[in-house]
Amino acid sequence: MASLDDLKKRIASVKSTQKITKAMKMVAAAKLRRAQESAEKGRPYSEKMNNVILNLSNGISDKENAPKLLSGTGQEKTHLCVVMTSDRGLCGGFNSNIIKKAKSYFAKILNEGKELKIITVGSKGNDQLKRVYGDKIIENISFKESKNANYFDADKVGKMVIEKFEAGEFDVCTIFYNQFKNVITQIPQAQQIIPLNNEGEENSSEESYEFEPDEDEILSNLLPKNISTQIFKAMLENSASEQGSRMSAMDNATRNAGEMVDKLTIEYNRSRQAAITKELIEIISGAESL
Amino acid sequence: MSEGFKVEIVNPEKSFLVKDDVSEVVVPAFEGEMGILKDHISIISFLKPGIIKILSKSGDENYYVEDGIVEFKNNNLSILTSTIFNLADMDKSKQQDLLKQAEEEANKTDINDQSKYLADQKVEVLKTLN
Repeated sequence: MASLDDLKKRIASVKSTQKITKAMKMVAAAKLRRAQESAEKGRPYSEKMNNVILNLSNGISDKENAPKLLSGTGQEKTHLCVVMTSDRGLCGGFNSNIIKKAKSYFAKILNEGKELKIITVGSKGNDQLKRVYGDKIIENISFKESKNANYFDADKVGKMVIEKFEAGEFDVCTIFYNQFKNVITQIPQAQQIIPLNNEGEENSSEESYEFEPDEDEILSNLLPKNISTQIFKAMLENSASEQGSRMSAMDNATRNAGEMVDKLTIEYNRSRQAAITKELIEIISGAESL
Repeated sequence: MSEGFKVEIVNPEKSFLVKDDVSEVVVPAFEGEMGILKDHISIISFLKPGIIKILSKSGDENYYVEDGIVEFKNNNLSILTSTIFNLADMDKSKQQDLLKQAEEEANKTDINDQSKYLADQKVEVLKTLN
């Protein structure tokens, strides 16, 4: 059994850990509110963008010559996966969930004998993937310096993806991120952005549009923007999810630390009483023998 | 039925402006300025750098945009843009900053014709503001 002194030290150390996790939880909660707000505010843009593209692609007359970003290269040999994770740890299962989802997708791709290329956004994802898929990672981006997700960063990633697409480096592009549902639930998502996947969205109106200039030109202007928009949306969702996940993880940690302190305190008190009793017995038996 | 129609401007960060009593909007479309009135035919077009004018009963507003897409449908005008500023909030120093940026971009030699053209447009528009 641990000595009284050891127990005292342990209780103190658990208490100070608890203080840290509590503070982190509070910080995450404050950040979460902001991140959640911006994720919600960002949704209209990407939804509108999707709508316009949907209307456009329905209106396009010449499907054969549609821009490659929309219709794909006609084959799907090389897959590019953009795995978006956080730059900081201590956020529960946030990163592992994305990685798990991504890994199962990677395994599927490789089983089918297709080529795989990975871009990681955020250093945690890179750390976890580089051991197994190190040779597949072609690029690693991290936005440690920027405090909040901003469109400028997303645009950088988007431009890079498009550049690689135009250079013929891949055929299909999928992004992985966590969709923010609420504080305790984040759903890892795999979303295909090139070629654009419009299946199951047949609700657009039949109404025809006037285009100025013509459809092709608008589409070729719009599609690259859409890539950046989708990536930006993923970044926003991710940052809200990260804070939410961290908040609940830190909440759990604080609670566990509290339980541990309680348990240790009981143990401490018991051994203190045991020590007192022992001393008393010694004194009494000493007095009796006289 | 009201006289006006609804306009909504969104940028990636948030819904920038929503107004539903607008009588006319003038947008700098790619092939020239375009005025949109109520019951305009459905149209999709994209923007070049310029000024969006929104005319409504509650007063006129002017915005500077650098790019974007407009969609008009069923008397709903949506403008998607990544860079937008209200001219009323824009002071001289902000204008100068933007102008300087645009000029730098226009003077780059390694850009293609289209981005060059867009940068020139930006410079031109910003100069007329001063």
